[in-house]
Amino acid sequence: MRVALWLSPLVLGLFLASLVIGPATIGPGESLVALVGEPGTPLALVMQEIRLPRALLAVLVGGSLGLAGAALQGYLRNPLAEPGLLGISGSAALGAVLAIQTGLASIMPLGLPLAALTGALVGVVLISLLAGTRGGSLSLILAGIAISALASALVSLVLNLSPSPFATSEIVFWMMGSLADRSMEHVWLALPFIVVGMTMLLALGRPLDALTLGEDAAEALGQRLLRVRVLLILGAALVVGASTAVAGTIGFVGLVVPHVLRPLVGAMPGRLLPASALGGAAMVLLADILVRVILPEADLKLGVVTAIIGAPLFLHLIYQTRRELE
Amino acid sequence: MTLLALKQLGVSLGNRSVLEGADLSIGSGELVGLIGPNGIGKTTLMRAALGLLPATGYSSLAAMSAAERARTVAWMPQDRTIAWPISVEALVMLGRLPHRPLGLAPASVDRAAVKKALAAVDLEGFEHRRATRLSGGERTRALIARALAQETPLVMADEPTAGLDPAHQISAMEGFAGLARAGGAVLLSIHDLGLAARHCTRLVLLGEGRVMADGPPASVLTTDHLARIFNIEAFFQETPEGPVYQSLRVLGP
Repeated sequence: MRVALWLSPLVLGLFLASLVIGPATIGPGESLVALVGEPGTPLALVMQEIRLPRALLAVLVGGSLGLAGAALQGYLRNPLAEPGLLGISGSAALGAVLAIQTGLASIMPLGLPLAALTGALVGVVLISLLAGTRGGSLSLILAGIAISALASALVSLVLNLSPSPFATSEIVFWMMGSLADRSMEHVWLALPFIVVGMTMLLALGRPLDALTLGEDAAEALGQRLLRVRVLLILGAALVVGASTAVAGTIGFVGLVVPHVLRPLVGAMPGRLLPASALGGAAMVLLADILVRVILPEADLKLGVVTAIIGAPLFLHLIYQTRRELE
Repeated sequence: MTLLALKQLGVSLGNRSVLEGADLSIGSGELVGLIGPNGIGKTTLMRAALGLLPATGYSSLAAMSAAERARTVAWMPQDRTIAWPISVEALVMLGRLPHRPLGLAPASVDRAAVKKALAAVDLEGFEHRRATRLSGGERTRALIARALAQETPLVMADEPTAGLDPAHQISAMEGFAGLARAGGAVLLSIHDLGLAARHCTRLVLLGEGRVMADGPPASVLTTDHLARIFNIEAFFQETPEGPVYQSLRVLGP
């Protein structure tokens, strides 16, 4: 737990930084006072209605993606697994895109995230039917690839047939992922799903450790693999579905964070779970701060920044691994 | 005391019957070698006995709850893959999972079990090496240690001596014999009939989808069985150095 000891203050520090950094130039102390102060003043409004939900969502979404990535990598025993693998983020994105296209998103305040959650639900039902309760990790990977491909084809179809260029550009920007202009309603919508899903995934520490030795040995060590599989699929679907619903698709966090932290926890998949949740939160908080600092006027998208940070980091790791193997 | 009882155990994979009506009982003090040609169902028998495969008939292990079984039998599968670069110590500590309360760090009894298991396979000083960096034989020994650290009355291992150098083959077999002498029991599949003849207290020969012979090595490694099941001729004699077995030649078709 040594890693958690220094990751927790890092997350807390970035969370506070995320609260006090913004286009409105106000002192940090003043901002934090307004955060807990009397509502009604303009500053309190900014802090409580704009910056607080944004920072909270960064923690929730980042934690979700990091944790889901670590859990999937542990279960599949493959460092290339990532949260999008199950097709949940793809099907959530399809739900969101349909909500934008049909106008549901503009009629109802939470129409978009609710539609995305419905999409994630359809995705998890499909993957459960396709991959089943028996069968190894391969059937799960293949089912996920099939669902992702289908969802992305349908998203393309919607874009293809879209009569309105405004809807098209809205869809494209939404899919880049962002935490801008989210409200506390988004937090309350995503929170229960993410809390339940994280609880399920964090319970997988011991089985994932045992799976280091393969499925046979893990089962003989007393782990019930069917239960592990169900917890994994549902837990990952809940956190990834809810995250995508409120933030769009944010790539590379679930892939890179477990990869970076793995050597620091002795490569134990169980210890990697809480560490990756914290690491994911830190990475998304940082990226969301960078979005506001680098190009404050341009509405830089969060998913773009995580990919720009994540991809070179990942390349560096691959290079390092290759050197170690030589 | 009986540690494993199989009654009329049968396994079908698809439409093909792999194993039929296997009866086997293993008591404390026994080191049982499961022998037979490739693909005859040695692994299948052991996995079905553990309840890892759907099977007909009765197995005392498959009837247990997962947690109870994990404290009764340690299983070392043939698959030697170690998915993550964890330390050898952490690898062997995985054997303590069934004994450790959830969420607690390993207790001194766990550390002692790991130390003892590592000493048994001659891997002292390897504690902090990465398990994925070990050589094939070292990795096998680490996985044997993992099973030993589980400290169960029964140990089942699938070809534990494959890929070991002669010294470590002998010491692994002596280690298993020591477990049996201490009141435990060991069931292992093995292709090296020389090692099996010297160290096992009892051999179980699988052939033609069932248990062909079951008894002391001399009663199982008969000329007739070797010819019918393995299609070989061999030298097998009781000598002043103990029983000595050497396969000699393949018989004609």
